[in-house]
Amino acid sequence: MKSKRSVIPGFGLTMGITVAMLSIFILIPLASVLGYSFRLSPAEFWELITRPNVIQAFATSIGCAFAAALINCVFGLLLAWVLVRYDFPGKRLMDGMIELPFALPTAVAGITLSRMYSDQGVLGRFLERFGIQASYTKLGIIIALVFVGIPFVVRALQPVLEKLPESFEEASMMLGAGRFYTFRRVILPELMPALLTGFGLALARGIGEYGSVIYISGNSQKEGTQVVSYIIMQKLNSGSVDYEGAAAIALVLLLISFLLLLVINLIQIAAGRRTRQ
Amino acid sequence: MKKQKTTGREEKPWVRRLLIGISVVFFLIMLVFPLVEVLYRSLKDGLALYVEAITAKNTLSALRVTLIATVTAVAVNTFFGLCAAWLLTKFEFKGKQVLSALIDIPFSISPVIAGLAYIMTFGRMGWATPAIDWLNEVLGTDISLVFSVPGVVLATIFVTFPFVSRELIPVLQAQGSSEEEAAAMMGAKGFTIWRRVTFPHIRWALLYGIILCAARAIGEFGAVYAVSKARGKTFTLPLEIDALYMAGSADSITQAFAVSSLLVLLAVVMLILKQIVEHRGKREQ
Repeated sequence: MKSKRSVIPGFGLTMGITVAMLSIFILIPLASVLGYSFRLSPAEFWELITRPNVIQAFATSIGCAFAAALINCVFGLLLAWVLVRYDFPGKRLMDGMIELPFALPTAVAGITLSRMYSDQGVLGRFLERFGIQASYTKLGIIIALVFVGIPFVVRALQPVLEKLPESFEEASMMLGAGRFYTFRRVILPELMPALLTGFGLALARGIGEYGSVIYISGNSQKEGTQVVSYIIMQKLNSGSVDYEGAAAIALVLLLISFLLLLVINLIQIAAGRRTRQ
Repeated sequence: MKKQKTTGREEKPWVRRLLIGISVVFFLIMLVFPLVEVLYRSLKDGLALYVEAITAKNTLSALRVTLIATVTAVAVNTFFGLCAAWLLTKFEFKGKQVLSALIDIPFSISPVIAGLAYIMTFGRMGWATPAIDWLNEVLGTDISLVFSVPGVVLATIFVTFPFVSRELIPVLQAQGSSEEEAAAMMGAKGFTIWRRVTFPHIRWALLYGIILCAARAIGEFGAVYAVSKARGKTFTLPLEIDALYMAGSADSITQAFAVSSLLVLLAVVMLILKQIVEHRGKREQ
């Protein structure tokens, strides 16, 4: 039993430092964005965030991030499964390189993917033969977001898969279930919270992504390939500075992120409660 | 009775081979090809252009700014991570969940918003600007917190803020507090407890967090892009790459990839370090 007053020292000090630093570096700057957008009247705010190009950007960002997160769930599950369950040459290399998208600067990933999938690039030429254009389309955005999002899903699943008790699957087999049936009805439900967490993290990252997307997307309003971060950045650039517009769009983007964060936390709390029982 | 060789946890060999095959193809196309592509493009116009690109004045200046931002961000976030992890794992208090969630904010918001937030706080129109101006006047300094190197540093700190604490918290949680409680009962002082009891348990996790933090700090683009406009002065390496790439000539694009190859190299070093640290950490547990 933990007593209410801990004997361990440092509560006041660490509380003070944590709250102070969190406020200075994160909360106060974010509050400025809130403050800035509250200067707008509701009508102005509404007008700014319902402009056709803004709505289109939100649709593109959310749609592409959603598609990429789904793709990542499929391949993330596959990669995690293969890495945890099987042995094959190059496994350690693969495991180590899963996090490359975290380590590689997004701008580098962005220009590289853009070149690879352009009609003169290695993969772009290949896709061209099937009449598919990747660079400067929504498909390109999805490819970039699959790249940045894949480690989230794999790393969320791996520890859960490792800890999955053998007895579950053995029992299922004893009862006569086939391998795929066991996977679908016994293993997958156990992985669901982790899979959803990975999905949520990849989605959140994808919706706000900037560096890896802007080169491959082409940022054309006509093609609907402008993402929300690009619209915000455009409004910050000299020549067409529009802080009000940027703040209003950022606020909506923030709300979406917070909602996602909340859902992820709820899933984790629910999953934690389930395993503790 | 049917003879069963497997334990019920294994797939048929062809299924296994198929799954491994698909994974390897995905892995090669998504993760390995891009690395090869960067190296190929950086060197395809010869070594001379490569050397010229990575020793250009702008590149060296960008390297300097990147180093300053990364070292500062790692230092600040390590200090914060140690304090926050201690607070969140050793004590029970109201609002702990909320505090923990607030620390994670930078993980899930767009880096562009981070840049925007600093502009709106310290920029020309920012509410904190008069206070900064006043401070500058009193101290006789000329520090600006946006569109300057300090601005780049702040934006970098923002996006990497939770990286160290996130790695430390699960380890400290799994550790429990009984050892520290025992040390405290025996009269050990706070810092001694930390140094002698806690630190040995968390050093690998700490190193791991620092590596992740550094990798992200080196590569941050969106947040920094918003608060840095002067090439050769406040640009970091990713911004320099962007500038070279956007210049659009065949030579400058090759140069962009040449500078990129430096960052690819750094990323690979980071991944190897991470792998070593992870391995050592697991072995010690």
